[in-house]
Amino acid sequence: MAENFKYTPQDFKSDQEVRWCPGCGDHAILSAVQRALPEISDTLNYDIERYVFVSGIGCSSRFPYYVNTFGFHGIHGRASAISTGVKVANPNLSVWQITGDGDALAIGGNHFIHAVRRNIDINILLFNNEIYGLTKGQYSPTSKLGSITKTSPFGTVEHPFRPGELVIGAQGKFFARSIDVDVKLTSEIMVDAAKHDGTSVVEILQNCVIYNDKTHSLIIDKENREDRTIVLRHGEKMIFGKNRDKGLILSGISLKVVAIGQGGFSMDDILTHDAYAANPGVHMMLANMAYPEFPVALGVIRNVKDSTYDDNVRDQVLEVMKTAKIKSVDDLLHSGETWEVK
Amino acid sequence: MDKKAKAIERDDVVIRFSGDSGDGMQLTGTLFSDASALFGNSVSTFPDYPSEIRAPQGTVAGVSGFQVNIGNSKVYTPGDYCDVLVAMNPAALKANVKWVKPGGMIIVDNDTFNEKGLQRAGFKTNNAVEELKIEDYKVIFANITELTKESLKDEGLDNKSVLRSKNMFALGMVYYIFSRPLNFTEKYFESKFKKKPEIVEANKKVLRDGFNYAANIQAIPNTYQISAATSTPKGTYRNINGNTAAAWGLIAASEKSGLPLFCGSYPITPATEILIELAKRKDLGVKTLQVEDEIAGICTAIGASFAGNFAVTTTSGPGLSLKSEAMGLAVITELPLVIIDVQRGGPSTGLPTKTEQSDLFQVLYGRNGECPLIVIAASTPGNCFDYAFLAGKLAMEHMTPVVLLTDGYIANGTEPWKIPNMKDFPSINPPIVAEGTTGFLPYARDEKRLARSWAFPGKKGIMHRVGGLEKDFLKGSVSHDPINHQKMTDVRAAKVERVKEFIPEQEVYGDKEGDLLVIGWGGTYGHLLTAVQEMREEGKSVSLCHFNYINPLPKNVKEIFGRYKKLVVCELNMGQFANYLRMNFQEYNYLQFNKVQGLPFTVVELVDKFNQILEGK
Repeated sequence: MAENFKYTPQDFKSDQEVRWCPGCGDHAILSAVQRALPEISDTLNYDIERYVFVSGIGCSSRFPYYVNTFGFHGIHGRASAISTGVKVANPNLSVWQITGDGDALAIGGNHFIHAVRRNIDINILLFNNEIYGLTKGQYSPTSKLGSITKTSPFGTVEHPFRPGELVIGAQGKFFARSIDVDVKLTSEIMVDAAKHDGTSVVEILQNCVIYNDKTHSLIIDKENREDRTIVLRHGEKMIFGKNRDKGLILSGISLKVVAIGQGGFSMDDILTHDAYAANPGVHMMLANMAYPEFPVALGVIRNVKDSTYDDNVRDQVLEVMKTAKIKSVDDLLHSGETWEVK
Repeated sequence: MDKKAKAIERDDVVIRFSGDSGDGMQLTGTLFSDASALFGNSVSTFPDYPSEIRAPQGTVAGVSGFQVNIGNSKVYTPGDYCDVLVAMNPAALKANVKWVKPGGMIIVDNDTFNEKGLQRAGFKTNNAVEELKIEDYKVIFANITELTKESLKDEGLDNKSVLRSKNMFALGMVYYIFSRPLNFTEKYFESKFKKKPEIVEANKKVLRDGFNYAANIQAIPNTYQISAATSTPKGTYRNINGNTAAAWGLIAASEKSGLPLFCGSYPITPATEILIELAKRKDLGVKTLQVEDEIAGICTAIGASFAGNFAVTTTSGPGLSLKSEAMGLAVITELPLVIIDVQRGGPSTGLPTKTEQSDLFQVLYGRNGECPLIVIAASTPGNCFDYAFLAGKLAMEHMTPVVLLTDGYIANGTEPWKIPNMKDFPSINPPIVAEGTTGFLPYARDEKRLARSWAFPGKKGIMHRVGGLEKDFLKGSVSHDPINHQKMTDVRAAKVERVKEFIPEQEVYGDKEGDLLVIGWGGTYGHLLTAVQEMREEGKSVSLCHFNYINPLPKNVKEIFGRYKKLVVCELNMGQFANYLRMNFQEYNYLQFNKVQGLPFTVVELVDKFNQILEGK
């Protein structure tokens, strides 16, 4: 960690006692955030007062109380709408929305996709533990088909959302994925998310130690992680594995895992990650990769520039005001047809 | 031979325009009202239209109406029944004949009274007059469609445009009957169709031809003269409807407070026009977000309020139901927010285009928890401006959400409005925390109002967190402490109650004491006042106590009620305000007069009711 930043992680710790369960993945994500904010502040020249953390309801939504910034703990599902209001009201603020798979994708699904569609410049950290934790263990919109939970004692019978697919389907311009235990990667992605103008969605695979323990462990446990995940970085080859000997190629219209140096595949055949490509085709395939056929993609999968909603709102107002004949309420009241009574 | 129809001088006269919902009756009525207002008459209007945009042509369901009352002294209602009805087709006649005074004048487009037209309107015979038993009415069958075609045959317009002009022919006829000058309306054509001079000319021609036709046919039994109102206070006037007035009142509050106006909203009848008007006002820096749903409307507004804008959301009954949870969030975070509810007939989708006052209980009580907020109600189209301004002032200075109730009747109704001067309006001074304030406590309160302070993100030294969980009394951090919750509940209620000290005392129209006190609130003002005025002219001891401040109620209400022998609460619901008063002042007996027909009261039914009460029936 660079020591010469203006702020330290300590500056971003609030005086509130952190009340998540011991072993909850949220603790690591909080560390990653507190570690990323000093770097973001230096990179983008932000003062600490500029940050606003907004959340809905759920375990993750307690987050704003634990960060020493401005904070707003909203109601269930509505964080995207509240964040939108904050950002449009004052576009200078750096708005961070903390949400979970229930909050963002079930009750708040509508607000979530519309925020993404509008490309408002907010950063959404979506903690995905595939369960409702705060209400004690009911299935969520991302629970795997067949999941046994308190409200699905015989297994769920519904297909889960894949957040990346949903984001890209809603014309999302920035989608990244991380895992709670990798504090370094999460904070690296957060810096990229902050730098991106527009809605940045970062899905963080997070463990609920009480109600859905080890739901991601097949993928992220240390001994297998390098073989079952791939960290994507723009401009770098899509390779993975303990020995960095596996890679992704395009075979027909699909992705395929190959062993480098075997079956006639060399490093030249391996795809190079282009996060900036406007065409979402490959990004969608990368976001949807699932173990065991594929490694799960981590890192910034999609990062495309476009105009933002908050800029457009502000610019349109300024544009209209420039040539406006009506400059005050008195002008307004006298505009149009009027008459005198003498 | 110049045989002019006899001119009758009248103090006031009521006219109703009706036709298919595509016939342009709202525009025709509006042009007539504007011309009358510009002429100097007092005017009150009432649009009555179906919720279908284009219901099946020619059917009774698709009839759109517009009623206007013009007078030589102040008129407060659009009138119960009309002197003149314009019916552009058989369905319009059938639907509206009940609103014509016995023996009144009815102008119909004869060309539409063919077999097909009569059948669509559900007539069983070919004689509509006989079937409706209006032989004693002065029915004028004019070939409006054919005459319009004839008038425009050399103007080079396509058939559709020609047919669309027949409302202007009818308007021309009405202008003759009411001795209106044409120039106001001609000017309207010129500004409306600036880039289409041929349309301007066509409209002018058809309007004049209609006027001349009425003057020439000698079938018009009489014309009306309504002189300009002389008692009107001096000043500059304009016509205004309640929705526009409400939108402008919000902008006025924004200007006075120095804070940008932010409106998060979702289209809903009959409130949409507020959003439409605000969206036009980017010239004054207004930010409008038409968001994905009603909930997002209020939640974006709450976010904007947290970030330091003057935030509002606009809706009607069903939308308000969706906003309930978020209204609670605004109450517990103690952020300024104005919620405008333009009431319509309920429950559920109910009667979207019709008026009612049945959201009162929802606004007062429709939230989880102990959740008081300020409730005020506008009572005329014009004073929607004042109460929207006031809603903003109270919200920002007292740090609380405020609901402003209007209704479909005053939202769409228009009246001439004396344009106020912004320098005569009070300042708005929200308790905004200065940058770098030391020892900032988010929930510390000022003693006078019990309002907490407003700390905008981005300012140094005042970082804090708010949210929907119960707050510590001073620090605002999460607290589950039992005593603290009691204390916070008490102080949130006391804060709203304290508003009593900042609003005017309740006024009474009429006598300080007497036989009967008529009690009303909101949009029924014009009808109640007119009824009470009529009865007082007859020497009856009747007074009116009409409320704009609902929660809290003004300080002197209890004392007022005690001075009358009988109290009757009149409202367009089944007794919500009456029951609210029973809760607040149990010592009195409240009679009720209620109506839920999607329509305003009529003065006639009110006077009848009050007479019955006076006679002890």
